[in-house]
Amino acid sequence: MVNDERADGPGLTREAILAALEAVKDPEIPTVSVVDLGLIYDVRVGDDMVEVDFAPTFVGCPALHVMEREIVERIQALGARRVQVRRVYRPPWTPDRMSERARQALRELGIAPPRPSAGEITPELLKGVPCPFCGSTNTRMENLFGPTSCRALFYCEACRQPFEAFKPL
Amino acid sequence: MASPSLKPNEAVSLPDPLREAVGHLLLAMADDEVLLGHRDAEWVGHAPILEADIAMASIAQDEIGHAVLWYSMLQALGWPDPDRMAYFRDPPEFRNATLVELPRGDWAFTVVRQFLFDYAEKVRLEALIDSAYPPLAAAATKVRREETYHLMHSRAWVLRLGDATEESHRRMQAALEQAWPHALGLFEPAPGEDLRVAAGIQPPEAELRVRWKAEVRPILEAASLKIPEAEPAYGGRIGRHTEHLAALLADFQMVARSGMGETW
Repeated sequence: MVNDERADGPGLTREAILAALEAVKDPEIPTVSVVDLGLIYDVRVGDDMVEVDFAPTFVGCPALHVMEREIVERIQALGARRVQVRRVYRPPWTPDRMSERARQALRELGIAPPRPSAGEITPELLKGVPCPFCGSTNTRMENLFGPTSCRALFYCEACRQPFEAFKPL
Repeated sequence: MASPSLKPNEAVSLPDPLREAVGHLLLAMADDEVLLGHRDAEWVGHAPILEADIAMASIAQDEIGHAVLWYSMLQALGWPDPDRMAYFRDPPEFRNATLVELPRGDWAFTVVRQFLFDYAEKVRLEALIDSAYPPLAAAATKVRREETYHLMHSRAWVLRLGDATEESHRRMQAALEQAWPHALGLFEPAPGEDLRVAAGIQPPEAELRVRWKAEVRPILEAASLKIPEAEPAYGGRIGRHTEHLAALLADFQMVARSGMGETW
């Protein structure tokens, strides 16, 4: 069967792959897909291989391996024989790549979405972060570091709730 | 996207003496980060306040993650895989600066060591963003952004403890006296520096050291700390270490070397 030698089964288009990757979530943020987070830079369908350019938020994030494995599995389920996930570091991932849907989903989880930070990351970006529960900007950072590399701990003076914020990067 | 995506895990072919020289630089960077990450992780459950405990855990995770990145770039140049590099080498094969192998000490020493290291890493990464070795330039671009949070953290602690109380000042100054010569050792040139500099891979270490001093001096002065006069503690980059490295590795490598095939 000649077709067996090809990476691309009948449904194996770039669009179909991106749609399938909507099901791959960051295990630490289980309602947001890797596509909405903006982690997928490119998908190339070649004759014998599908290549995915994947950008980590933080290099040391232990969830990277989980996401990469699931990306491979989802694309193989579409009929691809070989899938290679390549990590891209430049241009680095920044929150500007996150979709509005991802930002809303983060708020619903009680995580303030990151501010756009394509330029320098400055301490000002961590001031007056809007509370994901009540929207107040009367908030303060409690700790630059949190439960995952990408999250910092905050407190809202208005609704008196602690919350997490996705770090600008 | 205008600029092409560069992938650090793909080695750009290098002629042989230069491949070896780039490897020595990556090895020094990887060994520094993996061992500092281990020392930082020793604070988990022991830091003075909960926030500091969480911070040290997170910083440790970042440093070890960066080490894996540098080791994987080494692997692409023909070295063994990251696990083998981290867990199955003996002290003389490690090329870290002695700064990172020193015991964790008190909180002041931890803060001072991390501060001196973070700023050394800052100037190194900023220089490597322009490296002629594209995988290294790409990775430096990425890691430099992450390190911003380490810099904010260690700078804040130095400023807070430098002149808070008589005791905090005394401990911070003592930590600086102990750490300084070893921190200078971060800029001991790894073998092959001439080749790397000539090829545009990196600027000379002596130049990085000047930039680093210009960064840390005003912060230390603002914290009322006095930079000691001291000769650099060299040797780490050629495998000569303090007695502390063997003890560190005995702990760090114990599970991997037990031969029971444990995996995460």
